[in-house]
Amino acid sequence: MVFLLQQMMLYAVPLMIVALAGVCAERSGVINLALEGIMIFGAFMGVVFVRMFQDGGWQQSQGQIIMILSLILSGICGILFSMLLAFSAINLKADQTIGGTALNMLAPAIVMFFIYMIVQQNTMGMSQGGAAGWFMIKPQTFGYPKGYSFGPIGDFFLNKVYLTSYICILIFVLVSVFLYKTKTGMRLRSCGENPQAADSLGINVYKMRYLGVGLSGFLAGVGGFTFAMTTANMTSNGDVAGYGFLALAVMIFGNWTPLNIAGGSILFGLFKCIAATYSTLDINGDGVFLLNELGVSPYVYRMLPYIITLIVLAFTSKSSRVPKAEGIPYDKGQR
Amino acid sequence: MPRKDPVTGKLKWYKSEGAVAVYSALISILIGMAVGAVIVIIVGLSKSNISSSGIVEGIKLVFLGVFSTGRDSAGQLVFGFNGVNMGNMLFRAVPLIMTGLSVAIAFKTGLFNIGAAGQYLMGTMGTLSVGLWLGWTGCPKAIAWLCAFLVGVLLGALWGAIPGIFKAFLNINEVITCIMTNWIAANLVTWWFDAHEMFKNSAEGGKVGYIIPLKNVGVVTPKLLMDKLFAGSQANGGFWIAVLIAIAMWIMMTKTTFGYELRACGANRHAAKYAGINDKKNIILSMAIAGALAAAGASLYFLSGNTEFYWSTYQKLPAEGFNGIPVALLAANHPIGVIFSGIFMSMLNISGIQLKYLTAYNEYIADIIIAVIVYLSAFSMLIKMMLSKRIKHDHGNVNAEPAVSAAPADDAEAPAEIVKKETKKGGQK
Repeated sequence: MVFLLQQMMLYAVPLMIVALAGVCAERSGVINLALEGIMIFGAFMGVVFVRMFQDGGWQQSQGQIIMILSLILSGICGILFSMLLAFSAINLKADQTIGGTALNMLAPAIVMFFIYMIVQQNTMGMSQGGAAGWFMIKPQTFGYPKGYSFGPIGDFFLNKVYLTSYICILIFVLVSVFLYKTKTGMRLRSCGENPQAADSLGINVYKMRYLGVGLSGFLAGVGGFTFAMTTANMTSNGDVAGYGFLALAVMIFGNWTPLNIAGGSILFGLFKCIAATYSTLDINGDGVFLLNELGVSPYVYRMLPYIITLIVLAFTSKSSRVPKAEGIPYDKGQR
Repeated sequence: MPRKDPVTGKLKWYKSEGAVAVYSALISILIGMAVGAVIVIIVGLSKSNISSSGIVEGIKLVFLGVFSTGRDSAGQLVFGFNGVNMGNMLFRAVPLIMTGLSVAIAFKTGLFNIGAAGQYLMGTMGTLSVGLWLGWTGCPKAIAWLCAFLVGVLLGALWGAIPGIFKAFLNINEVITCIMTNWIAANLVTWWFDAHEMFKNSAEGGKVGYIIPLKNVGVVTPKLLMDKLFAGSQANGGFWIAVLIAIAMWIMMTKTTFGYELRACGANRHAAKYAGINDKKNIILSMAIAGALAAAGASLYFLSGNTEFYWSTYQKLPAEGFNGIPVALLAANHPIGVIFSGIFMSMLNISGIQLKYLTAYNEYIADIIIAVIVYLSAFSMLIKMMLSKRIKHDHGNVNAEPAVSAAPADDAEAPAEIVKKETKKGGQK
């Protein structure tokens, strides 16, 4: 059970971070279809930074510091990359879906180009060791012997987890507080609902939208790094398995509110986890691999998250709370 | 827009809206290729294993890769007519033209079809399965070809209709449903081929994970002169079929009532409904046609016979599906323009391959150029506006209309430029 929950977290954490990234942009009125591209870019830059730290002589014992520094740096790269979208969507008033699609095509192209230039193959990993060895929190991290157990609850929180799970919770709290409790956050949301009214009250809509897209870029970059570290063993190959798009689905699924998104991403994480581990999944610990014995094709489990999204969208479309000004370029001259 | 000809009442051809679209596409292409060249230079300067002559060769190949004929005995790059490259360019252009048409037709109806990848996969599944199966039963090759093509197209149409239905009846953004159906299709196709051992190519060693190519059962597209024109290449009659379909789509969109209804829905769904057009039906049909076109691209590609399908696709969607988007955008969603932009994109791919084999660079430079072109086409409105201002200025037209502002607030999904264009055309009719 602990294993299942921890596996679920591996899938849910990057999804939640990136879906929250989507909220920041969409609540300010910009559709961020580029989440996938920013993730790919963030993951690549994360691996580059980890390699730089390793080549610069940092040791395995400093793993957590390397991780946090690389995470922040890939977030900053995410901001830089997302500014391409912000510029076309806000200043040039271009179609946001097309701008996002362009970034989704640009990111893998650039990343693959440079990976080939750096390592002459199509996957770039760490200079030495693996993600689990360098960044995973284990009993040894706290000075206990290998194989030490903290009990079921303690194991869930402290044994074989990545620090990013806690960073994710922190991000969730910060984004929720920012959007609903701070002046800037409320102003940002108003720009996604009625930018004309916001402008008439002296709010700089362009600035707010830049802020929203920038935040979104930071979080998507962090999410990309998290994906690379937790599910791809700190490698980058110009692909994040559609996580950016899935995060978009989670965001719509969660009706653009952080709490629902947290729930949605945990649900998605569960399905993703079942699809990946169904054949060795022992739910209640009696040695029977129930899902495997059902004889259902693994492809059904793999399809489930997408099918469920479609069904949920079909049923909730009437109560959908899309930010009203989403996708419409703000034009001061417009009434 | 510029002044009209006082006699005919029409715009001069070089000042017309179409011409401006072509200029802006050419500008996007030039900037895109310049960015590619700049990256070649920067990377060349920063890498010690690339000499200055290597940089020059890289830039030459970025622009003229399709004319490359390899290296001569002295190690210099030689350029000239390369029948194999030219033919392969046209061959690879076929799926790009078809997915480009798919995206363009959906765009004209105000829908963004990023589900071409899934529709393409469904077409692949239908065509390969039916083609192989009928080939084995010994039915006449021509009938087998036709059935394989039609089943592929039909599956694609059905798959495309799903986001259309969601959009029409539940008003769910087609982008999200397209993404979901893409991944469902990817799993479905993998499941289908995984469960049917008979389609897997187990005869040839080293071909693990591939489906038997259709040439093994003789169900292939006839060459239709292509082998005479471009000897040694993969080009076949599929290219002519793609061109014919593009022309048919142009006639459908511009000369028929149905096409007019589609465009009216794209310009303003609510206004179209008010005018008595069944908007729901048109949205679903438009997506179904888009799906059929994308699937036809897959059918023609695999009916060439030599192409092999790697069936385990559930983790990666085919690039052809997404490359239809730049093809359509570059052609400003004009069906005839799609033929040329499809060939252009395919030319970039060939250039990329030449770069990979002849220099220290790799083929991804072509993808970067394509992405930059898409990024620029996102604000092609701006380029167009600057160009038409230019023309206005040159001819001193003071009666020019003020630039139309961006999309109307009540219609978020319709791309702004289409709205602008279509309302004008509608007004003239």
